[in-house]
Amino acid sequence: MKHGVVFVAGFLFSIGLGVGGMTQPARIIGFLDVTGRWDPTLLFVILGAVATYAVAYAVARRRPRPLVAPGFVLPAPRRVDAPLVVGSALFGTGWGIAGFCPGPGVTALVSLKPQVLAFLGPMLLGIALYEGLPLWLTHRRNRRRAREAVSADPGLVDG
Amino acid sequence: MVTVDATWVLHGLAGGVIIGLASGMLLLVSGRIAGITGIIGGVLVPTPGEWSWRLAFIGGMLAGGAVVLWFAPVAFAVTVPRSLGLFALGGALVGVGTRMANGCTSGHGVCGVGRLSPRSLVAAAVFTTCGALAVAALRML
Repeated sequence: MKHGVVFVAGFLFSIGLGVGGMTQPARIIGFLDVTGRWDPTLLFVILGAVATYAVAYAVARRRPRPLVAPGFVLPAPRRVDAPLVVGSALFGTGWGIAGFCPGPGVTALVSLKPQVLAFLGPMLLGIALYEGLPLWLTHRRNRRRAREAVSADPGLVDG
Repeated sequence: MVTVDATWVLHGLAGGVIIGLASGMLLLVSGRIAGITGIIGGVLVPTPGEWSWRLAFIGGMLAGGAVVLWFAPVAFAVTVPRSLGLFALGGALVGVGTRMANGCTSGHGVCGVGRLSPRSLVAAAVFTTCGALAVAALRML
């Protein structure tokens, strides 16, 4: 039942992106095009979204737990750090180049347009590598250390 | 070229409110932040208990996309002067950058700004500025 509600949330999210024109790169680039003919649509999308979410957040804060899940899973408070700034700079640059960001990219996937696929492939690869590579390297290092420990002291295997 | 006129103010606000409702729903029901890159990351590199709800959300997004495609395919019009190579470059930068920053326009821009998180306010300022710089630079090429 919980996954049904989550599915509906995802569904509405895409509808919102479509209604707001966020799946058209021309609108995104138009918004970021401060030197040219400016398209303010994204600003109004953000205003509508932030205002609505702020209300939802205020309601959520008063509750001890969500409606279905056992607890809230919010990001731990962290200081502004280099990965945040550098990462945002990289993201913003890519956003201005492509006119897509992750949400609209996923929503637009069903259109199977070559530009969307050209954007999404490297994006998914980038996410998977950034998330998965450190894990895989750690896993390999742990296995290597275990092998070295056993070869130095074969008795460990029976331990 | 897309049309830029007063009706798009309403479209934008309506779309934004719907996005806010969707994100709010995810928070109030499942206690989660509607950050798309975090959701995608948790599906591509899954940990137990963390991927099935994410898959459901993405499934919903794809279904929503299909409905948009059916009723208003113009929503997916791509009319910008960009080569496929540039879309690919943009995608790579977006993929790596959003995970490094732990969020994108939805996670930081909507949810983070919506709760006045200092990290998200900084992230939004940085990615918007860099986006504008990138667009300006490409205009000159």
